[in-house]
Amino acid sequence: MADVLDTGLLRFITAGSVDDGKSTLIGRLLHDSKSLLADQVTALEAASRKRGFSQPDLSLLTDGLLAEREQGITIDVAYRYFATPSRKFIVGDSPGHFQYTRNMVTAASTADVAVLLVDARHGLQTQTRRHAYLAAWVGVPRVVLAVNKMDAVEWSQAKFDEIRTAFAGIGKTLGFRDITAIPMSALLGDMVVERGEALDWYDGPTLVQYLETVPARRDGGEAPFRFPVQRVVRFAGAADSASARGYQGTVAGGSIRVGDEVAVLPSGLSARIAAIVTADGALTEAGLDMAVTLRLDRDIDISRGDLIAQAGSLPAVTQDLDAEICWFDGEALDTARPYLLKHGTATVKAKVSGIDHRIDVDSAQPVAAAGTLVMNDIGRVRVRTQRALSIDPYSHNRVTGAFILIDPASNRTVAAGTLE
Amino acid sequence: MSETLERVVTKNTAGPTDGHRTSKRPWTQLDALEMESIFILREVAAECSNIALLFSGGKDSAVVLRLAEKAFFPEPLPLTLLHVDTEHNFPEVIDFRDRLVAERGHKLVVRSVGDSIRSGRVRLRHPDEPRNPHQSVTLLDAIAEFGFDACIGGARRDEEKARAKERVFSFRDEFGQWDPKNQRPELWSLYNGRVHRGENIRVFPISNWTELDVWQYILREEIALPEIYFSHVRPVIRRGSALVPVTPLTQPRDGETVEELPVRFRTVGDITCTAPVASQAATVEEVILETMETRLTERGATRLDDQTNEAAMELRKREGYF
Repeated sequence: MADVLDTGLLRFITAGSVDDGKSTLIGRLLHDSKSLLADQVTALEAASRKRGFSQPDLSLLTDGLLAEREQGITIDVAYRYFATPSRKFIVGDSPGHFQYTRNMVTAASTADVAVLLVDARHGLQTQTRRHAYLAAWVGVPRVVLAVNKMDAVEWSQAKFDEIRTAFAGIGKTLGFRDITAIPMSALLGDMVVERGEALDWYDGPTLVQYLETVPARRDGGEAPFRFPVQRVVRFAGAADSASARGYQGTVAGGSIRVGDEVAVLPSGLSARIAAIVTADGALTEAGLDMAVTLRLDRDIDISRGDLIAQAGSLPAVTQDLDAEICWFDGEALDTARPYLLKHGTATVKAKVSGIDHRIDVDSAQPVAAAGTLVMNDIGRVRVRTQRALSIDPYSHNRVTGAFILIDPASNRTVAAGTLE
Repeated sequence: MSETLERVVTKNTAGPTDGHRTSKRPWTQLDALEMESIFILREVAAECSNIALLFSGGKDSAVVLRLAEKAFFPEPLPLTLLHVDTEHNFPEVIDFRDRLVAERGHKLVVRSVGDSIRSGRVRLRHPDEPRNPHQSVTLLDAIAEFGFDACIGGARRDEEKARAKERVFSFRDEFGQWDPKNQRPELWSLYNGRVHRGENIRVFPISNWTELDVWQYILREEIALPEIYFSHVRPVIRRGSALVPVTPLTQPRDGETVEELPVRFRTVGDITCTAPVASQAATVEEVILETMETRLTERGATRLDDQTNEAAMELRKREGYF
């Protein structure tokens, strides 16, 4: 699949074990890219002094919740924004604790790049493997292995090479498109924004150079056209019943032109695109990620949750799903209970009809599941839905290939799934 | 505007991109943000039945209103505009609010913190204290009165560090409370807007926008704003590092001198705690240039009430504040 869309916006996450220095790294990025403003620096210095530090503790910039500052850990994703002359960045600083996996996955689900931090003194940890697995599971295409705290291992190239080689094996198994290892010291700033002097044996990019130049492109522009219908609207004073109706949504795959033939799923009825409407005027073509209103050349019964797709290149329409799900909730999966499944814009009742196996995230190997999944488990399951859904494999389309499960009693989002 | 200046202020902070949009201009980060916001707004309208859009007349709510008009075109807005009025507003902002709503034919409901005070629902320690924190009570009462199950707001994650943690669809329990340690996971664009009766969802369509994005969008879309966002001469007092506007509610203390300075407001909240910045920026372009060069955050420069406590915003949000 070719890359076609560069939004000018790069979304990345940072992840790593507790104390690998994630928050310090983001603080360093903001500080050295001059994205911190004077009052933030003053507040940071004051907060650091209050905690008895002589140097500003950059991690205090991102740990925004009271409980986080009390415990000195990150509980939920903090989103941060900075820009360099060439790009705007959205950073999701995700928690290291296994307990908060759901928050890490929340941040990773929209990321173009995952920056995995490793403490050079300790090498790869269980948590590094888990985060790598989770990043691969939600389909983050590119990974930076940020070997941090190089200052604490005397800037040793041998140490760096050892960690890089160890990760290369894991990364290959997980199928990342690209892995870049960068030695650095977030504490002192080397190889984050500035190159520094200490790592003269390293000739690759600094972290910021990498982030500025890596393609911020998303898959899907060349994929078949997919358009989950969000809302049906009416045009006042239209000539006939077909042109009185419009279908609002965002292009979730491929592109569409006026005159193209489409099929409406699950009914399978076909039509042609009569117009592509926006508040700023009509378009002849709409590409990936564009929010538009489509009008068709004939009057078909379409409602929210239906999918308008490219004729001749249709997704599977089925009530039986094979999926990998990550369970988030404190209450374990109950295969006897119906849940609500949200897929694209469709919400249907669903039951997890069988659990094939659980994935041991540390080894990435399947292991037997004991009839349920508990918080932070990933498992391969079969799901039966009350109505047919129009699905693509997650590797082909991140919208039509993904879903969440909602507990109808608590309304909590209890799991997320990717389709095979 | 000179050509160089125009290049600077309209420049995508991101680099040149593929011309993937077929209309006149190239796709920029503003398009990506706008499309994301429109998707979010349409999801709220589809998933929730009785929606309020919090509209104060400030620049962020003006941007959200424009996005909503685009999202729901060609239909009228499927929601009610709600202003939680502190009665401590700059008159220019209220005039602007009323003009805009009348011009666009939208439905506006105003509920006043003053009424909450007069009815005893809010108790003040002194009569002229800032009313921002007390908006929570009035807001929660309005939510109960109209039975809103969703409230759309213009908060941005770059404003403050508790906001940096909040979901786009943010659940509030029957007491209107935010539980930051137990937020719903929010993957991809699969937003969960489900609530039981009495609970509600706060929705933040411009979560991922920065102050600069907002101004660049205002420029691109030619969005009208209250005039106090632009440089004007106003009597002010220097108090600490802040400029305090002289108003009926904020009078000079003994020994303070009143100066007439060219200033503009970066936010337009409660008069008693909203400070202007010294500025000559009289146009959107000039404001953008200043925003690019500024050395203070939006709230740091202008909100006197957030500076009292490192966690002031989180504590207020937990109580139901926006």
